[in-house]
Amino acid sequence: MAERKIVDGRGSFCPGPLMELIVALKNSQVGDELEVLSTDKGSANDIPEWVKKVGHAYLSTTESEGVWHILVRKTK
Amino acid sequence: MKILIIGGGMAGTILANNLARRLPQELKSGKAQITMLSASDKHMYQPGLLYLAVGRTTPDELYRDQASLLEPSIQFHVDPVEHFELDQQRVITQSGKTFGYDILVIATGSRMYPEGIPGLSEHAETFYTEASALKMFKRLQSFTGGKVVVTVGVPHKCPMAPLEITFMLHDYFKDRGLSDKVQLHYTYPINRVHSLENVAKWAAPEMDRLGITYDTFFNLKEVDGANQVVRSEEGVDIPYDLLISIPAHKGMEVLEKNQLGQNGWLPTHRTKLTLEGYDNVYVCGDTTNIPISKAGSTAHFEADTLGENIAAIVKMGVPVREYDGKVFCFIEAGKDRATYAMFNYQTPPDPKAPTKAVHWFKMAYNKLYWVSARGLL
Repeated sequence: MAERKIVDGRGSFCPGPLMELIVALKNSQVGDELEVLSTDKGSANDIPEWVKKVGHAYLSTTESEGVWHILVRKTK
Repeated sequence: MKILIIGGGMAGTILANNLARRLPQELKSGKAQITMLSASDKHMYQPGLLYLAVGRTTPDELYRDQASLLEPSIQFHVDPVEHFELDQQRVITQSGKTFGYDILVIATGSRMYPEGIPGLSEHAETFYTEASALKMFKRLQSFTGGKVVVTVGVPHKCPMAPLEITFMLHDYFKDRGLSDKVQLHYTYPINRVHSLENVAKWAAPEMDRLGITYDTFFNLKEVDGANQVVRSEEGVDIPYDLLISIPAHKGMEVLEKNQLGQNGWLPTHRTKLTLEGYDNVYVCGDTTNIPISKAGSTAHFEADTLGENIAAIVKMGVPVREYDGKVFCFIEAGKDRATYAMFNYQTPPDPKAPTKAVHWFKMAYNKLYWVSARGLL
């Protein structure tokens, strides 16, 4: 059954939110949705770019009080 | 108060000595007791493996007897834990002994996991163990030219290792007069050559200057050893003659067997360093799941925080400070130049141009480490 997971990359300069997402996707099932939390505004561009390139589904980005919430779904 | 530390690596050793120095009277009177359980009677300086892989140190330089590093007031046993019974506040060791505790620190470290990528173990060289670093050096010695590809798995221990080994390989081949016969090609999982933006801004032009080519957004999917090709999740194939790997890492298997955390990483509060669900269990070093670098300095600064806090708990019943995410990493930029990156949860690093002075300070620190491990530096 698909899950919704939080990938908390706030305050992470290294390895950073995208690396955290890459690891989390490896440990997820097809269909799982992952919500990345990032305090780095660069994530709003970097994460969708990689997600599309690798072939997962990019769903949305929202920003609230300096935290970007980027939602993706594992598709393969 | 019984303080039990699991793991005799950098985190556990610095913490145990830090605590012993803060609690001399309590240890003497029996009010406090520090016990360390480790899988080995030896202590390895793991950052030295990078130098072993390029023939710049020897294995004996990397080891000390663990007992020789510990304050005499610490009870040390080579008897790794097999069962964690956290609700009963006890662990059971390989020899069958039971150790109870009031405060537990889990500092069991991490291990490379090349087995997660098909073909990687069989076809790549790496340097995260003594045996693999020696094997890599012997392979380098017999290499006379071709394309050398560096791949990077996540998560991995030592965030600077991918850059450092690449720059050190550049100088290694240059010294052997092979610069015009070797093509160094670097890959990285995200869209720049390092996760730290300011480090990437320095490293990419440095690679351009040295003639090192690179692919970003390259997450290794498999190694086709028969055709000597690495293939990425992003659909890119790169041929190689010599493959150097920074493999993905996992936490220790014993944690997985005890169904603690995921992949051996324990869910850890990012400032208190407590294990999720337990106020009297702390996690230190690589073992945490905190989204910061798995590095010796991280272990060191976490151990400093825990040393202060656990000593305060013994003396006053409460901890006194929070871990701020501090990390300090040297970055070797070749055989004789280095820089560094220092950052925490709030402040990104601002690395300077590499200098010979920082390189020699790193060389000195490789020896000074044994003073750090003793809790003196």
